[in-house]
Amino acid sequence: MSTSLSGPGAATQSPGREPAGPGLPGKSRTARHRAPTTMTGLLVKVVLLGLTAGIAIWAAFPLVEAEKWVGLAPLAATTAGLFYLYLTSRHIPAKYLVPGTLFLIAFQVVPVLYTASTAFTNFGDGHRGTKEDAVVAIQTASVKQVPGSTEYALSVATQGDPATGPLVFLVSDPGTGVVSAGDAGGLRQLAPADVTVAAGGKVTAADGYTVLNFGQASARSQEITDLVVPTSGGALRSAGLSRAYEGKAIRGYDAGCDCVKDIDTGKTWTADEEAGAFVAPDGERLAQGWKVTVGLKNFSRVLTDPAISGPFFGTLLWNLAFAVGSTGGTFILGMFIALALHSPRMRGTNIYRVLLILPYAMPSFAMLLVWRDMFNTDFGLINNLFGLGVDWFGQEWSARIAVILVQLWLGYPYMFLVATGALQAIPKELTEASSVDGASPWQSFRAVTLPLLLVALSPLLIASFAYNFNNFNAIYLTTEGGPFPADNPSAGATDLLITYTYRLAFGAQGAQFGLAAAVSIFIFTIVAVVSAVSFRRTRKQEEVYS
Amino acid sequence: MTSLSGTPVGGGATSTAPAVNRNAGRRRNRWFAQVGWRHLVAVSAVAFSLFPILFVLSAALNPLGTLSSTELLPTGASLENFTNLFDRTAFGWWFFNSLLIAGVASFASVFLSALAAYAFSRMRFSGRRVGLLSLLLIQMFPQFLAIVAIFLLFTTITDLWPAIGFNTPWGLLLLYLGGALGVNTWLMKGFFDTLPRELDESATVDGATHAQVFFRIMLPLVAPILAVTGLLAFIGTINEFLMANVFLTNSESKTLAVGMFGLVAGERNNNFGIFAAGTLLTAIPTVLVFQMVQRYIVSGLTAGAVKG
Repeated sequence: MSTSLSGPGAATQSPGREPAGPGLPGKSRTARHRAPTTMTGLLVKVVLLGLTAGIAIWAAFPLVEAEKWVGLAPLAATTAGLFYLYLTSRHIPAKYLVPGTLFLIAFQVVPVLYTASTAFTNFGDGHRGTKEDAVVAIQTASVKQVPGSTEYALSVATQGDPATGPLVFLVSDPGTGVVSAGDAGGLRQLAPADVTVAAGGKVTAADGYTVLNFGQASARSQEITDLVVPTSGGALRSAGLSRAYEGKAIRGYDAGCDCVKDIDTGKTWTADEEAGAFVAPDGERLAQGWKVTVGLKNFSRVLTDPAISGPFFGTLLWNLAFAVGSTGGTFILGMFIALALHSPRMRGTNIYRVLLILPYAMPSFAMLLVWRDMFNTDFGLINNLFGLGVDWFGQEWSARIAVILVQLWLGYPYMFLVATGALQAIPKELTEASSVDGASPWQSFRAVTLPLLLVALSPLLIASFAYNFNNFNAIYLTTEGGPFPADNPSAGATDLLITYTYRLAFGAQGAQFGLAAAVSIFIFTIVAVVSAVSFRRTRKQEEVYS
Repeated sequence: MTSLSGTPVGGGATSTAPAVNRNAGRRRNRWFAQVGWRHLVAVSAVAFSLFPILFVLSAALNPLGTLSSTELLPTGASLENFTNLFDRTAFGWWFFNSLLIAGVASFASVFLSALAAYAFSRMRFSGRRVGLLSLLLIQMFPQFLAIVAIFLLFTTITDLWPAIGFNTPWGLLLLYLGGALGVNTWLMKGFFDTLPRELDESATVDGATHAQVFFRIMLPLVAPILAVTGLLAFIGTINEFLMANVFLTNSESKTLAVGMFGLVAGERNNNFGIFAAGTLLTAIPTVLVFQMVQRYIVSGLTAGAVKG
């Protein structure tokens, strides 16, 4: 979209007309004096700007159709900005920075900021939408079959894959014979020509839909039970796999008292704007609430709620140990092997090198799963090979050792590669001089080689630390965070903060996006501080050694 | 190497034999101290590197195709797992999707990154330091937590422009390009910094525009780092699982990571042979790319880091 490069923009300019704008470096100002117009440059520029305009127009049509003026404004502004930027001869740095930055803003900065902002809300299961959404959900969920409810013959269908596609109810009205398709969005009539209805009113086929057979439907019976189709008089629900009824909502919202009333029992739940939920006088909460801002509550919960802060600090410690262990381990092993191979008398280094880096070229997601299976207690390779019966992922420490071992295998070829490169960059005179001065190999390694290696590689080590600190795949694809203590299924022994947060956000106990976002802000702060401090220290080191 | 070369100084071979033996023993010791241990280390490291891969190979060739019947060394040679892989799953599609996405994404992100690195290295403008630092900081936010936001964003996009929405490679590609600027930009900037400024200065004196300097002079010179960052991006994209898992639900639009995870997610014992066959095939493009850029890797990875 925005890969337009700057053609030789300055070329179109006549000498003397160049702006003496501030912020433009002297170099490029003098540079553009006699810049000749190149035909290719101009052509490339015209083509790319034309493409940009084309894409913008293509993108604008659906926006206009849907009357999304809020979306149209940034689109128009971006396009106009791009045209200005690449037609003017000023702002040269921006010409190079804008393409990547546009993607960065659209697909990283905006989602991240949005996520961070949810840390101050109670966003999550039961608190997803607005209050109106919550009221509709409460009404449809309270639908009950009452005497006189209309009964329909039901066929369950989908427009996608029978095993995973979103479900649709196909029902025919027993009175009029009209066939309708219904999902959580409501009922729509289908044209009679598009459907085949068997005797008894059951729909057997419909254009554009796949009717689920009995086996497919019973495999998804829970979803079918949960599907509620709102109708004008209440809602449509299934009774078994082949019947549906239209029931009446027994709970309704009363704007007068800002509460929900149950017609059957007369119980009321009053809206609590701070919690984003309807609460009964006895403290009972309705499951369906709405999203409200809760301030710093999520943050204080992480620090003070013992059910969260206990696992949080324990996990943090292990997380640090894991990041340091895998970075340090891979570095030491990789460097050791690089040192071993770094000798003029060594033969066959090339073949060794090719074989050594093979783990790096294997797909890591697949190899993580392979390692998981190699650690399998009953038929895993490790136990078979050594005649053991260890339940590797079942015990706290063996699981921790196992995941670090896996990281070692995956990561050391990279460290080996970079250490080899850095060793080759160290001038031979230095080590030779130290050995002439009578240093033992170990001394010259300690005093000359290692410090130089560290200076060269510390940015990579810091990057590796930051990566391993949040190495989601390493845990999720192997132990999945386990083993879990008996009393707490939400934080396991090998859980990193990131997998722990993932479980908070998307786990089986219901999504808590707000809390998860708060934890992720903590994670971000920790990683950023550790990296910033170590960057500062390497700066100082570099001044000493170079 | 331990042969008795050139010791006989004179006299009968029989009389000097014990001395030669002693000599040879000492020499063997010295050889071991200087070279031998290096081979020992290298061989054990190679063994450590290769045994899981050997296991995968053995599983892929195992006619039974189950985890429990797989040994470290191949027990049979059958291509059944490979044929099953193509017959029973949409592996061909997964492979094609992964290559398309990883290929285009790594190429485009290297290009975007190189543009930015050129500006950061060669130009001075306000906000330069802040820009560089924020590139690093943004990367440190656990990206996948933004999944909810990305999901909502792309739900809207799918409604408006289905061509770049869910279940298309293009939507995922756009998402990956969001991460184009980042650590790679730093690596490249470090490499750009090592090139003498006189090169581009003399070119500008000769009348080259900034674009000509970039495309004609700088890009060819930074080829090693382009190759390395391209490789890193390629490996990263092929292995990306989380985003792709949310994004691609149709069997035919999945990538290798998503599709193969699905193979062993439920039936982990029975599908292991097929999974291993898929793993081997997945490694082929990466190994090929690796071989292509191998000569650049060592110089590229470190030269940027040294002066970073």
